[in-house]
Amino acid sequence: MLVNPIKRAYLALESWFNISFGTEWNPLYHLGTLTFFFFWIILVTGLYLFGFFHGSIDGAYDSVEYITHEQWYLAGVMRSLHRYASDAAIITILLHMFKEFASGRYRGFRWFSWVSGLPILWLVVTLGITGYWLVWDELAQYIAVGSARLVDSLPIISGSMASNFQEGEMTDRFFILIEFLHLLGQPLILFFMLWLHVKRMSNVDINPPRGLAMGCLMALLVLSFVKPAVSHGPADLTSMPTVLQLDWFYLNAYPLMDLWSEGKTWLLATAITIVLMLLPWAPPKKDGPAAVVDLAHCNGCELCFDDCPFDAITVQARTDGAKFEREVVVNPDLCASCGICMASCPSSNPFRLAEEELKTGIDMPALPVDKLRTMTKEAVAAMTGPANVLLVGCEHGFNVNRLDNNETKGIKLMCSGMMPPTMVEYALKQGVDGIMIVGCRHNDCFFRFGNLWVDKRFSGERKPILRKRADRRRIRVFGGSETDKKSIENELSVFRNELLTLNSEAGDSSDGAESGVSSDA
Amino acid sequence: MLNLENKLIRYALQAINYSVFMGMIWYLSTSPSYQQIAEDEAVINISFSHAGETKEPCHRRTQAELMKLPPNMRAPMDCSRERSPIIIEALLDGDLIYSQTLNAPGIYKDGSVDIYHSVKIPAGSHRFSIKMDDSVLKEGFDYKLDQNIEINPAKILLVDFNAGQGFFIK
Repeated sequence: MLVNPIKRAYLALESWFNISFGTEWNPLYHLGTLTFFFFWIILVTGLYLFGFFHGSIDGAYDSVEYITHEQWYLAGVMRSLHRYASDAAIITILLHMFKEFASGRYRGFRWFSWVSGLPILWLVVTLGITGYWLVWDELAQYIAVGSARLVDSLPIISGSMASNFQEGEMTDRFFILIEFLHLLGQPLILFFMLWLHVKRMSNVDINPPRGLAMGCLMALLVLSFVKPAVSHGPADLTSMPTVLQLDWFYLNAYPLMDLWSEGKTWLLATAITIVLMLLPWAPPKKDGPAAVVDLAHCNGCELCFDDCPFDAITVQARTDGAKFEREVVVNPDLCASCGICMASCPSSNPFRLAEEELKTGIDMPALPVDKLRTMTKEAVAAMTGPANVLLVGCEHGFNVNRLDNNETKGIKLMCSGMMPPTMVEYALKQGVDGIMIVGCRHNDCFFRFGNLWVDKRFSGERKPILRKRADRRRIRVFGGSETDKKSIENELSVFRNELLTLNSEAGDSSDGAESGVSSDA
Repeated sequence: MLNLENKLIRYALQAINYSVFMGMIWYLSTSPSYQQIAEDEAVINISFSHAGETKEPCHRRTQAELMKLPPNMRAPMDCSRERSPIIIEALLDGDLIYSQTLNAPGIYKDGSVDIYHSVKIPAGSHRFSIKMDDSVLKEGFDYKLDQNIEINPAKILLVDFNAGQGFFIK
């Protein structure tokens, strides 16, 4: 199966991190929360530094020198943490973008998150620039003049901002404006943008796993002690700063501007922004049809509302006169067509009305629960091996149909979280020896919570639970991507051997002909 | 996927990953260093704001013209708002280092022109001259400065202007 090279590169990186961190702490699964964590470090250290900072042309540099050298053991470390956490945030933001792009999670219903994320990157960059400005050293002088030249090149303001940075022209008022921007204006806008960025998601977690957070904090602390952040010489508007130690995470546009021109730099930044903004529609991706509520089978239990990863389901007062208090409503614009809600609905029970078309409270037009039951039944009936395994996969992970043979059949859902626990029971009841759910890699569901909800439903932590009478020994959950064929085959082989043992213990015949499956519910 | 059960090996691998992460920050937060100007270079900054002369001379309104206007608009002088473009040329040791024609900004082209131009030059002694024409009504350059300059490496020589004093070097 062909996997595009960018995705293959990403999956290889993800595999490496899974080996070293495990799936719980894999940083690639927590890039957003890690960025939040770095913002917390920046905020806390910034508040401390603010206590010693003098916001004036004459006082700024000396106060930062005091922070760096006099109180190096605390304020100095805080300064280093402030700087390095800011750099780390740029890395996690860029990796976050790369991951979403490589795994195709920026198109279709996800366009909003992608588009609202881009301004965050630019805002963080400008926040870093104003931060460097406040030190008022030679580097600050360089970026102040450079920023002014960039602004002057735009035909939007009259006057020359750059002329403020001449000897005798600079005033505290402008400096205080930058201080206000850095300390309040930009952080407030950033807070709003972050809220907007995650607005279309439910159960948003902004904290990385504690172990990963501690690891990052320790690493930043070590770096802060080994290489403390220091200033250049004080700003001198009668001289040009010559050799500069630029922070290339934030200040890369300035040398480019020196090399080209202000106009070309703007042009490049604008072109990159436009291209990135338009990516979700190049070409457009059509999502499947949205989930549909059938009030005749909905009792307003709200399980689908709790499980929806994208906030597409809301609850309102009952409108059909039924005895229940509430009903759910699907917003088609927000629906990702993952089908997780269908599995949440207790009415998605294949044992109900077995002879008629199976209806449920919330269903997927592209793959209704009745069709899923039929597919399950047919797949189980088609197997003739000594230990038959039904593979349940998803469209975004490993293609389970690649392993189809006489003792293995795959059914592909939109998401592994779309498999109702009762459907697993149903398949076992139909006579299959084992069921293996192969969703995306653990903790990396394309639809955020599919494989997590499967785990929780099967372990009884989340409704609808897999009932105790379902033999857990015949159920296996294993995450895998398109490139994980070998490990999935290995896991399947181990599972099948266990099933053979179970079959022989149960007195089942290990002979394929006699292990034929029942076609009755 | 390889599943490492040995925690020590896992922590060692994590330490490698953190080291790579911090190594990137270590290096790119200050390196490679950037040299804005060469060690033997200096900079001339030409920076000032100036409004050119009006494009047309003012005209004193006749009594008849005044009577045609509403009473609140009977100003005796009729002056056009549009200002002349500003033409600047700067030379260093006879070589042209800056030449620009700048139109007055604004809808009525009546604003002041803001000039900020930076040019790198070799440090040392030079002959510097700058001239500006700010009126289409007069031929030639209205303001001139021509003098020897001495500039040390990395220093900024600021060329300023005001209408009363003309060009001057700070």
